[in-house]
Amino acid sequence: MLNEQEKVVEIRGLVKSFGENHVLRNVDLDLYKGENLVVLGKSGSGKSVLIKIMVGLLKQDKGTIKIFGIDNSNLNLKELNKLRLRIGFSFQASALYDSMTVRENLEFPLVRNVKNLTRKEIDFKVEELLESVALPNTINQMPSELSGGQKKRIGIARTLILNPEIMLYDEPTAGLDPVTCIEINNLINEVRERYKTSSIVITHDLTCAKQTGDRMAVLIKGHFTSVGTFEKVFEEATDKQVKSFYDYNFIR
Amino acid sequence: MSKIKKVDKPVISKNLDEFFTGMAKAFSFVKRFFKEVWFPPYEFKEVLRQCYEIGYRSLPLISLTGFIIGIVFTNQSRPSLAEFGATSWLPSLISIAVVRALGPLVTALIASGKVGSSIGAEIGSMNVTEQIDAMEVSAINPFKFLVITRTLAATFMIPILVMYTDFVALMGSFASVNANELVSLSTFFVQVFEAVSFLDIFSSVIKSVVFGFTIGIVGCYKGYNSSRGTEGVGQAANAAVVMSMFLIFVEELLIMQIVNAIRYA
Repeated sequence: MLNEQEKVVEIRGLVKSFGENHVLRNVDLDLYKGENLVVLGKSGSGKSVLIKIMVGLLKQDKGTIKIFGIDNSNLNLKELNKLRLRIGFSFQASALYDSMTVRENLEFPLVRNVKNLTRKEIDFKVEELLESVALPNTINQMPSELSGGQKKRIGIARTLILNPEIMLYDEPTAGLDPVTCIEINNLINEVRERYKTSSIVITHDLTCAKQTGDRMAVLIKGHFTSVGTFEKVFEEATDKQVKSFYDYNFIR
Repeated sequence: MSKIKKVDKPVISKNLDEFFTGMAKAFSFVKRFFKEVWFPPYEFKEVLRQCYEIGYRSLPLISLTGFIIGIVFTNQSRPSLAEFGATSWLPSLISIAVVRALGPLVTALIASGKVGSSIGAEIGSMNVTEQIDAMEVSAINPFKFLVITRTLAATFMIPILVMYTDFVALMGSFASVNANELVSLSTFFVQVFEAVSFLDIFSSVIKSVVFGFTIGIVGCYKGYNSSRGTEGVGQAANAAVVMSMFLIFVEELLIMQIVNAIRYA
């Protein structure tokens, strides 16, 4: 499935600072078509900043991000929105719209971006996606009535409704119990299989990384210190900080 | 993303810099509203939903307040007029006071507390929980969906609420006048309409449109620019009320001067 020849995302020399806090320092990274790339790092290491720059929620100080060969730093809003439709972003806290039911949450991006859909087509798409995240019975519930794991699933379903080619998961297992974490990890893999997406998974959870990632990239002090398969990055690690990250997560 | 650049060192002083930067940000927010309001997509359904929230849901509070103001203002005015044997002027006096000043001002102040704080808190909490970011990454313009709809709804509904408050306050006043001076409803309202001019009604409508816009845009601005965290949500709601009340008084003063200049020209 992994096509190492076809890069869907190409990040070069990315720099981002917030005042004196230099979060990303000359970051390079590639995402290949069909792969799940896990970006690991401690809290505050700039993992989320990286994917927020990719979708234009933040602007880089220096460097380029090419998504499908398009440099996102020079786009006007219309062009950026066109690119955003090809990217799904699953937020850490799900970011479901509080005032809308699950159905309305899913319909909201669909009806605003795909014109001339009939009521039947909208319902079919919504129901199909809720089936795919195994939550068809929540369709008329409000987000406040859902558990943390259910919110994550609905959040992922909402991003999938626009058929994105790239999925960005921001801390998909944060704050969930171990069983739900495994369910979410399986869902991330299912999404890749079913919707043929390429994904970047931001996490500090090594179980999630091991279960979902084809490759890992470890972000420490604004740089990717190691990039490669799980075994290469952790089990053969010589870098002290990478090793300590592994040891701490698996309590060896 | 804001186009206002941050500089490392204060240009004048930290507080003055913040004040002027805040003014520039607020100005560009209002400018953005007038730039985007004319162009599609139009969120009619959301505007209607907000009209219901702002208008219909404010009715119980507005009704109670308006009625009590009518009674209290009439009762407080009676002794002064009675000294000159002029209690028959009560309907005229009350109608002028209510239509020219009390109705718009009281409605706007109540709405800034109820509606302004709720808009500020709602948008602030959406900001904190990344719901606004979620709209942006779905290629939806959150400014159109959140700011324009709420500001338009407030601008439409406050004038209607003001007219309703005027009516309820006059009914309160009638209750008091009827009980004490035994004046009939028709006599009361004949005096009311004789006292009130077209300019009074027109200025009241203009004033309430301005107040409505102020309440909506200030609530949205404070919510949209709230800092991260739950504390920021509370601050946004509070700042929306304080700022809109302050602006309402300033606008009242300015519009009153303009209307008086027209009236006595």
